[in-house]
Amino acid sequence: MERPERAGAALGAQPRANGCSGAAHGALRNGYVRGLAAPDTQLNHIVHNGGLYKRPFNEAFEETPMLVAVLTYVGYGVLTLFGYLRDFMRQWKIEKCQNATEREEQKDFVPLYQDFENFYNRNLYMRIRDSWNRPICSVPGAKVDMMERVSHDYNWTFTYTGRVIKDIINMGSYNYLGFAQKAGTCQEAAAKVLSQYGAGVCSTRQEMGNLDKHEELEKLVARFLGVESAMAYGMGFATNSMNIPALVGKGCLILSDELNHASLVLGARLSGATIRIFKHNNMQSLEKLLKDAIVHGQPRTRRPWKKILILVEGIYSMEGSIVRLPEVIALKKKYKSYLYLDEAHSIGALGPSGRGVVEYFGLSPEDVDVMMGTFTKSFGAAGGYIGGKKELIDYLRTYSHSAVYATSLSPPVVEQIITSMKCIMGEDGTNVARVQQLAENTRYFRRRLKEMGFIIYGNEDSPVVPLMLYMPAKIGAFGREMLKRNIGVVVVGFPATPIIESRARFCLSAAHTKEMLDTALKEINEVGDLLQLKYSRHRLVPLLDRPFDETTYEETED
Amino acid sequence: MDIKSMKNYLYWLYCQFELITCSYLMEPWEKLLFYSFNITMLVMVLYIAYIFVPVHITMAFQFFLHLFGNQHENTVSIVK
Repeated sequence: MERPERAGAALGAQPRANGCSGAAHGALRNGYVRGLAAPDTQLNHIVHNGGLYKRPFNEAFEETPMLVAVLTYVGYGVLTLFGYLRDFMRQWKIEKCQNATEREEQKDFVPLYQDFENFYNRNLYMRIRDSWNRPICSVPGAKVDMMERVSHDYNWTFTYTGRVIKDIINMGSYNYLGFAQKAGTCQEAAAKVLSQYGAGVCSTRQEMGNLDKHEELEKLVARFLGVESAMAYGMGFATNSMNIPALVGKGCLILSDELNHASLVLGARLSGATIRIFKHNNMQSLEKLLKDAIVHGQPRTRRPWKKILILVEGIYSMEGSIVRLPEVIALKKKYKSYLYLDEAHSIGALGPSGRGVVEYFGLSPEDVDVMMGTFTKSFGAAGGYIGGKKELIDYLRTYSHSAVYATSLSPPVVEQIITSMKCIMGEDGTNVARVQQLAENTRYFRRRLKEMGFIIYGNEDSPVVPLMLYMPAKIGAFGREMLKRNIGVVVVGFPATPIIESRARFCLSAAHTKEMLDTALKEINEVGDLLQLKYSRHRLVPLLDRPFDETTYEETED
Repeated sequence: MDIKSMKNYLYWLYCQFELITCSYLMEPWEKLLFYSFNITMLVMVLYIAYIFVPVHITMAFQFFLHLFGNQHENTVSIVK
């Protein structure tokens, strides 16, 4: 029982980020630890790494059953064959061609619509397109109204019937803390600010668009996160894609998780730095890349990298997994690199008081160099922030594209963020229980789904719950059947996931009541029986059981 | 009652078949094509089995008879 405390104390005792401090254990040349320094630990790497965690970390990705994988491929095979047949018929004008084609005068140029994604869109996605982009016509709270639509030409076009499907249980919005409301303190405060400031700012922060509200917001965000300084932007995606290029450039190395969000990927590419990908949440893979980067330096010139930046997300929105932050921080300190943490989904949703994945693991915000997050999810507003040391934020204010060029946040939106953040912090004395409610809902929902025998991915504390569907026909069928039963779900397929791992993704909210969850679970159970979705054989493979070869997380002394 | 549940079960099986082969997503004429192709294949397989399996079984039977030294009358007459 002694080990976790010690490890935690060792982490907390580091004076600064970037591992400028000396090592706790001496005499460790070339970073390799033989046996272990502490006599009280077993010679077992699992226990050793487990020591970094202050709480159980139960994350599982059940293996795809072989039969299901084969049948999924059979399904895709049939659809592909029919796709070729349809393409052939369109080519020979046997059937009307409704998709985009080259114009007559472009025929001799490089073909534009021949790659796999276009084929997929035309022949596979088009068949189940009705499960996506459904227009809603109310606030996307716990319940939502949807516009009914029909298609008379097999999803090529849709027409609205004019009817509204009322009170659909919303299992798809990222409304983790239930702040997407049309009434309540947030809405009142936002309305007041709207009448005072108006909606548009019509200028950037560096010109005439810097309101007192923005300053107030940034101070509040910094206080909320426990960092020195913070900065808010008008768009979450741009926060990533525009700030990473300001932080790293040519001669730098980015180590990125393979399942990072498109915004991080785009930002990394725009920066011009070398990008290397490590396996999802796999610390051996990350350590190997770090080691290689330090040992070999830049390719060809062999100069050392200027900066090494590790890009991770708090909660991965497609897998529902939580980053192994204690290990990432330990590695970052050991190899003296920088850490960029994208808390888009985890801020507000994790941790005892909603301060994200750093608080969830009981770590210090100082250990994360760049804390990024969005206001779009838990706060029910729009935009993103970056938090960190004052020097970092000052630098970004001057050099980041989204700080210089983006129109500043609309004041009512800012007010919504401020009010909801204060509500989470418990400063306005209302509804402090949202975070706990979300955690309870998450545990309950995940446990029930597992009991029913579905394959559920991810960490047991993550409010994003992916339910595996696998087969292409089941994507469409699940979305339609659930909507028929008045439950709105998000289904995900290729290209957002690997082609055989199609899934439905539920996002829990503090606004969901027990009754709503029970109704949803009952219907999911029914649809699961109807579509035979209960693939689980209860053979879970917890990630911690995998052998951790050569990963030591001790700092070297030289 | 029993017949009804049987019918339900068959319908359920058909649904599963539709979902697995993705014929659930097809347009009617594609379904027609797909099913006629499948049925043709199935019928051909059954017909081939009907034609050839008895022949093979007889041959195998004779082979084993021969193996155990039990010569058939016909072979005897041919040898003569």
